[in-house]
Amino acid sequence: MGLTGLEIFKQLPKTNCKDCGQPTCLAFAMSLASGKASLDLCPHVSDAAKEALDSASAPPITLVKIGSGDKAVAVGNETVLYRHDKRFENMTAIAVSLSDEMSSEEIINRAGQINKLVFDRVGQMHSISMVAVKNSSGDSGKFLAAVKTVAENTDFPLLLNSENPESIEKALELVAAKKPVICGANSENVEAMTNLAKKYDVPMVVRGEDLDQLASLVEKVVSMGFKQIIIDSGSREVNQVLSEQTQMRRQALKKFRPFGYPTIAFASNQDPIQAVLDAGVYISKYAAIVVIESSDPADILPLITLRLNIYTDPQKPIAVESKVYEIGNVDESSPVYITTNFSLTYFCLAGDVESSRVPGYILPVDTDGISVMTGWAAGKFTPEKITEMLQESGISDKVSHRKVIIPGGVAVLSGKLQELSGWEVMVGPRESAGIPTFLKQRWL
Amino acid sequence: MAVTIAKERWNSKVNELVIGVEPNSVKVGGDSTLPFLFFEGEMPNRPVVALEVCDVEPDDWAKSLTDAYKGVMGDPVAWAKKCIEYGADMICLKLVSSHPDFDNASPEECAKTAKAVADAINVPLIVIGSGVEEKDAEVLPVVAGALEGKAVLLGNAAPSNYKTITAACMVNGHSIIASNPLDINIAKQLNILITEMGLPANRIAIDPLVGALGYGIEYAYSIMERARLGALTGDKMLAMPVICFVGQEAWKAKEAKAEIDETPEWGELERRAILWEAVTATTFAHASGAIMVMRHPEAVREFKRHIDKMMQPASL
Ligand code: B12
Ligand code: SF4
Repeated sequence: MGLTGLEIFKQLPKTNCKDCGQPTCLAFAMSLASGKASLDLCPHVSDAAKEALDSASAPPITLVKIGSGDKAVAVGNETVLYRHDKRFENMTAIAVSLSDEMSSEEIINRAGQINKLVFDRVGQMHSISMVAVKNSSGDSGKFLAAVKTVAENTDFPLLLNSENPESIEKALELVAAKKPVICGANSENVEAMTNLAKKYDVPMVVRGEDLDQLASLVEKVVSMGFKQIIIDSGSREVNQVLSEQTQMRRQALKKFRPFGYPTIAFASNQDPIQAVLDAGVYISKYAAIVVIESSDPADILPLITLRLNIYTDPQKPIAVESKVYEIGNVDESSPVYITTNFSLTYFCLAGDVESSRVPGYILPVDTDGISVMTGWAAGKFTPEKITEMLQESGISDKVSHRKVIIPGGVAVLSGKLQELSGWEVMVGPRESAGIPTFLKQRWL
Repeated sequence: MAVTIAKERWNSKVNELVIGVEPNSVKVGGDSTLPFLFFEGEMPNRPVVALEVCDVEPDDWAKSLTDAYKGVMGDPVAWAKKCIEYGADMICLKLVSSHPDFDNASPEECAKTAKAVADAINVPLIVIGSGVEEKDAEVLPVVAGALEGKAVLLGNAAPSNYKTITAACMVNGHSIIASNPLDINIAKQLNILITEMGLPANRIAIDPLVGALGYGIEYAYSIMERARLGALTGDKMLAMPVICFVGQEAWKAKEAKAEIDETPEWGELERRAILWEAVTATTFAHASGAIMVMRHPEAVREFKRHIDKMMQPASL
């Protein structure tokens, strides 16, 4: 990845021995560059060349895996500065932070709140990603007790936030198998911390006082043979963090190796609302992990939503299959709703039909996954297509009536649709949230 | 180890748009960098907030909004003054009454309201029609005339009605909002058409018809980023400051409306709704939005506090 055929060719033996199955070293280099061959097919390439090619072809930002089991998260592997250039790969891991100065009841209580931070969005469940435990007390015994309580009360991967190697080691003895991140190394403890990370095989945050120190520390850690690194530029003020996050991403993409790792940012603003806004900035601007103290769903829902939005692939709208969906215990008198197959649109409607407590059928017309108004404006949500869906989906065998409800935003379609389909067209509310009220007034 | 700071050498900048007249004018734009990256360019003006005022009392605003504007929502002048108390840098007056489906108010009635509001406030004014393009083409020129010399920002102009609105802005010394449905090519095209009529490029704001958090924010985010990159690399027809109608979008979202007993897992409504608007606004500021049209005073306060912080240059 990233290297041209010629750059690769320079590292090959240039003997044209054909052992790789290619007629020449150059041909082999070209297939490597296009990803059609792998380097191990050449038995003669030197170790030095291998190392050079490996590191040059490595992704600009290392992939780091945290946690074990089905809640494990992967961060890093990013390749762009702007989501419109390609897309952002691995969603920012949101870590909710607890302190070892909380009482154990309080920790249990908070862990319970954290476990409930699960939101249904566009038909998928989304939750926070990690729980951070902060060694605010400085005491390793208290830290161990807090980590133990957290580990017993949540399944989320852990971020062990202490710069005291003794605290970290005690905690690792207990939870290393869950692959927590240790957080971590600084200029004072870098050797001890790195040895722990190696010994227990867990990822580690490296914090510098500034970018310069960070780069030196990372080089040091790498020279000790450890690369499962997450980098922290040390700043906690949002204006400073934005500039530093931008620098770290830019430098990584320019292949400045010390910054070729996922980053972490702490939304530790004393003001809880400002902390949410800061966290939002870090989600949009490159942080691989964001640590925040709040476990209030009103604070976390906007962040999880923003994360989902920023990390969706700009090239591909998420679509649902165009078919008849049954919400609840439908029967032949249930209402029939028309919408488009943009996931967001479908699930908005499905959620509101569900909360109306009146079972109903939903027919999402295939609009290539775009919304109601966009589909209408683009000529993909037309009376013809709706008629086709009414006739071919089998819905006419499922209901005995011939009434169909369309979104209020496309009221203009009703005349033509009625004429083409023969169904009585009822214009619903503009927002699907109005459906329960609409049903009370017009259907029941 | 000394890290060499990676700086982009941008060769161009965003136009500076002035709204209102001295001493109460507001400037936006002028950036020669991506938002808040003071290490490589300037951001002479901070993103600003306009609070929304309607000329008829809206019947679909959330309770936490109607509580904030209790007693003034039937009177646009009183409402505008309340907004200034709440820290609005500008007022955005929406002539909802002119909509054919509501009161179908005449251009003259609208002009009277707009004049009354403009005369009563000491901050610049944005005036928006009903969004029905033909009707706006009738209403806005009359409004523009009544506000002659006040240098307001008038909109929204679309491909079908930009001619009359542009002409009215030229004659009366106003600036224009050019809308596009999240489409960078239409944005450029419309700016070209408007400037070809003779309105200077620094009297245009781009309205990309944003969607709220959870409802299309990502498209708006990327369109704005792309437009800013265009502006910084010399595309004069993308170098206009961007206006974002945040409030109307954010308060439409279910997340800003559903009571806690309906969706207990979402937490308390008031806080969630305010954050919905504030996060939408800050996200747009970081994507390069310059004017945020908002609704809730708390969301405005939090947005401004965030911007206060962001305007302090980082040291690198
Ligand atoms: C994001 C967006 C896009 C994205 C598409 C995203 C997508 N996958 O759909 C992009 C950038 C690609 C886009 C493109 C275009 N867009 Co567009 N876009 C938007 C935007 C910002 C949000 C749309 C959205 O996702 N809404 C959220 C979903 C959930 O809303 P919804 O599907 O309407 O569903 C709601 C209701 O309709 C209702 N509902 C849904 N189903 C049902 C069913 C029943 C029975 C009932 C009762 C209710 C109901 O409830 C839902 C929740 O409230 C809107 C403006 C805005 N702020 O709303 C413009 C908008 C829809 N776009 C518009 C236009 C014109 C276009 C383009 C044609 C522009 C162009 N010339 O290129 C293109 C067409 C694209 C194409 N050729 O494929 C216009 C449509 C104008 C009009 N009134 O006709 C809008 C309104 C902007 C504007 N004000 O001008 N767009
Ligand atoms: S095996 Fe290696 S040395 Fe031989 S031709 Fe292939 S690339 Fe060249």
